[in-house]
Amino acid sequence: MYRQMVLIRRFEDHAAESYARARIGGFLHLYIGEEAVAVGALNAARPTDHLLTHYRDHGYALVRGCDPKAAMAELFGKASGLSGGRGGSMHLAEASRHFWGGHAIVGSHIPIGAGMAYAMQYQRREEVVLDFFGDGATGNGIFHEGLNMAALWQLPVVFVCENNLYGMGATLAEESPVKDMIIRAEGYTMPSRQCDGMDVFSVYEAVRTAVEHCRSGKGPFFVEAVTYRFRGHSMADPELYRDKEEVGRWRAQDPILRFGEFCVRQRISSERELEEVNEQVEQEMLEAVAFAEAAPLPEESTVADGVYANPIDPEAAGPESA
Amino acid sequence: MAELSYRAAVRDALREEMLRDESVILLGESITGYGGSYAVTKGLVEEFGPRRVMETPIAEAGIVGFAVGAAMGGLRPVAELMTVNFALLALDQIVNSAAKFHYMFGQQWSVPLVVRTVSGFGQLGATHSQSFEGWFASVPGLKVVMPATPTDAYGLLVSAIRDPDPVIFIEHSLLYSMRGPAPPSGEAGLVPLGRAQVVRQGQDVTVVAYSRMLFQALQAAETLEREDGISCEVIDLRTLRPLDYPTVVGSVRRTHRVVLCGEDWRTGGFGATLLAEIQDRCFDDLDGPVARVAMRDIPLPYARNLEHLLIPAAGDVVAAVRSLV
Ligand SMILES: Cc1ncc(C[n+]2csc(CCOP(=O)(O)OP(=O)(O)O)c2C)c(N)n1
Ligand SMILES: [Mg+2]
Repeated sequence: MYRQMVLIRRFEDHAAESYARARIGGFLHLYIGEEAVAVGALNAARPTDHLLTHYRDHGYALVRGCDPKAAMAELFGKASGLSGGRGGSMHLAEASRHFWGGHAIVGSHIPIGAGMAYAMQYQRREEVVLDFFGDGATGNGIFHEGLNMAALWQLPVVFVCENNLYGMGATLAEESPVKDMIIRAEGYTMPSRQCDGMDVFSVYEAVRTAVEHCRSGKGPFFVEAVTYRFRGHSMADPELYRDKEEVGRWRAQDPILRFGEFCVRQRISSERELEEVNEQVEQEMLEAVAFAEAAPLPEESTVADGVYANPIDPEAAGPESA
Repeated sequence: MAELSYRAAVRDALREEMLRDESVILLGESITGYGGSYAVTKGLVEEFGPRRVMETPIAEAGIVGFAVGAAMGGLRPVAELMTVNFALLALDQIVNSAAKFHYMFGQQWSVPLVVRTVSGFGQLGATHSQSFEGWFASVPGLKVVMPATPTDAYGLLVSAIRDPDPVIFIEHSLLYSMRGPAPPSGEAGLVPLGRAQVVRQGQDVTVVAYSRMLFQALQAAETLEREDGISCEVIDLRTLRPLDYPTVVGSVRRTHRVVLCGEDWRTGGFGATLLAEIQDRCFDDLDGPVARVAMRDIPLPYARNLEHLLIPAAGDVVAAVRSLV
């Protein structure tokens, strides 16, 4: 788990740097500071459980086992990227790992997760669905529509709200009448658990409970992980809405440092071992960037491919007559 | 010859596909006990149970989002949205989810989803009397179907359910009780998506229509034949996206004149796109401007006489054809 958190951190440091060098375009939303959530949650689930996330999706992809090279190549808009260069940072996905995407319309994947959970229940399959989104998403109607259906039909879906206290520039107090997101679940009679999103164990335990609850057929579960993003909302964010002191206070709770110190204190790993992990990961990330840099662009002749799974070309058929 | 209503044809298609394929499910508002607001799904919950015919909350975006997820999980959902007016609440899920995933995620999966909904009017007021096929047809990744006859309603819906892409299937409230020849049963009844049909052959003018406007066009063609000796070729588009341009263009090249008929607004309506494409593909073949029959750019009023004034009808088609010849 230490390695996974470092992997996310270093992947994103390199992504930010590549963004500054204009190798990555558009939006880039960093997950730095929130690593314990993806790592704790996904380790508490099975690799076959279905995963949907919001656009802040690099961390989930990496923990799910997606190749960092292919993830970085997607950010670079290359053909060998996870989504063939068609998706970008916000739309990573790898269906073979049951990772069904980063979703960039806030809240849109909440009913989609409920629908996937229905398909699992319908087919008597064992997988449950994990659906991650931010605090900001809870203000959108689609969040309520999705939770309502999941509760109504008792579907095996774990909703994980990553409460990082901001929805872009809006503070929690500006966007929500409730401070604790788990209160949202009450109206849907959905069991819930709040956890410390800066502590990988706390997240692991909450999601473990949630996943077991869902898998045993008891319906949906709501987890709130209280966390904090250390960087701006996206690379374009001047961060006018919060002060440095607040960021400093949260940085003192860095989930990687916290977990590293725990490992050393408990003599699970030595400082040197952790340092070795850091170095290995750094090396791997340098390779990922080099791979993405060198990877070929998507062929321009393929630009129209895949609009449909079953393209129908009336031109090829010729005119119809009476 | 056996006859069937448009409503029964839609129901038969749903029922037969549900019998054939256990992964086909229906969901929508008041589609179980109530039988659907146009009684299309009547009896289906009794036959297939609530697991396959799902009564949903009034949550259009949620319904379509849920159906997208169910499709990704291996099912073949057919979502019913009471009318196309309420489909506006689901536009995000239709446009940003269903239509995007196959392309945007690098062809890793498709979304085999049918959204059935209804256009139409009848003193329902401005919020309940609209046509938005032009909007849906403007979105790459969607297929858009608007059947006019029971045979096509049946055959196109079966094709739509079996298709791996999201299909917006727009029925017409004023056609439900219309009867027509029963479609051939089984595979012979399939109608392929993306194929128009020349419903009436003629030499002088091509009249392009779909859904209810097909019947206005056919009626107009008879009047014109009788009163003016004008021979109209009438084409039923059936599928608006992908559009069968070869059939339309082939006809225009023979007749050199064309009238486009629709019930949606003149500005930005489906006819506007079709017009642009015809100018592009047939400019040198045309003997006159492309004429249109469309809804005037006014919210449809309630009062019977005012509504009547605005609804595109056979008389408007006759006038449009006469203006060209
Ligand atoms: C429907 C919609 N509205 C607005 C946006 C623009 N937007 C992108 S992220 C964001 C804030 C979301 O905040 P939250 O859900 O808390 O997630 P976080 O970014 O904090 O992880 C907004 C408003 C969007 N992508 N989709
Ligand atoms: Mg947030």
